[in-house]
Amino acid sequence: MVGQLVFRGFIVGILAGLLAFGWARTFGEPAVNVAINFESAQDAAKAAAAVAAGKPRPAEDPVIFSRTVQSGIGLLTGMVVAGAGLGCLFAVLFAFANGRMGKLGPGPTSILIAFFGLMSVYVVPMLKYPANPPSVGEPATIKYRTGLYFLMMAISIAATLGALRLRRSLVPRYGAWNGSLLALGAYLVVIAAAYVGLPGINEVPRAFPAVTLWNFRVASFGIQIVLWGTLGIVFGYVGARTAQTARL
Amino acid sequence: MATEDTRADATAAPLDLPLRVAIPISKIMPWAIFGVVIMGLCYYFVGAEQGATSIFSGMGIHEFVHDARHLLGFPCH
Repeated sequence: MVGQLVFRGFIVGILAGLLAFGWARTFGEPAVNVAINFESAQDAAKAAAAVAAGKPRPAEDPVIFSRTVQSGIGLLTGMVVAGAGLGCLFAVLFAFANGRMGKLGPGPTSILIAFFGLMSVYVVPMLKYPANPPSVGEPATIKYRTGLYFLMMAISIAATLGALRLRRSLVPRYGAWNGSLLALGAYLVVIAAAYVGLPGINEVPRAFPAVTLWNFRVASFGIQIVLWGTLGIVFGYVGARTAQTARL
Repeated sequence: MATEDTRADATAAPLDLPLRVAIPISKIMPWAIFGVVIMGLCYYFVGAEQGATSIFSGMGIHEFVHDARHLLGFPCH
């Protein structure tokens, strides 16, 4: 039965990835293209300056895939693979949560998992290390930035799981409302400490258009809402049906 | 969808009523490990391969999923 859930999560994840691709293509790609044109202009200016100073022209990055491929089948593949992976994880979380959430049925359970997932896997890490379009970010610091991003994501996920567990132990003593708020308070303390303690990364070039940066980040947020939202809504039906047929 | 509606009473599960059939944790665990590994692999290849770390040499995977990596919020370049 869990295997069946995971397989179905995989399928729903692919659907979520397809919808996310539609969102990314419509709202994300225009900003990506502006950013890439900006990057090309910067590179051309650097090359011209080097030649003018009598230095050799810096090597250009080899083109492995055209922009058409990157913004089409490449983007589609990335979204579908990420969606499928997310779907597998979602199914497992649903298997753990379903029937253990008091009076909540599979629909609301699924929506709650999507909300907590969106918050802890994307929103909370993103508020510290926001998504960046091409040409923002020094290639030399990629290891450092990737490490910090995944560290922030790990802290965020651990804080959510910890707070949910804490809430469970506080509710019998302080009641549902006060217990939940206390757990939320503890969660916020942990997240605030991580925000303060981890180093900031600000590598946006001075001349980079602010509107493009804003549009890119809003599009990125939208993609995550589409991914998690699709999983949350569709998996409520799928999970309820799977649980039902397994019982009969 | 239409076929589902016509036989709704017999088989459709109510979405807003609790199912008192929590799956035992011991039955979930093997699949939980499987699910987390699959999720990790998917996120790794879309989000980080040939950037911070590389299993395969070259930039083919990185360049192919380039736009998705940026738009999903992973550090890139």
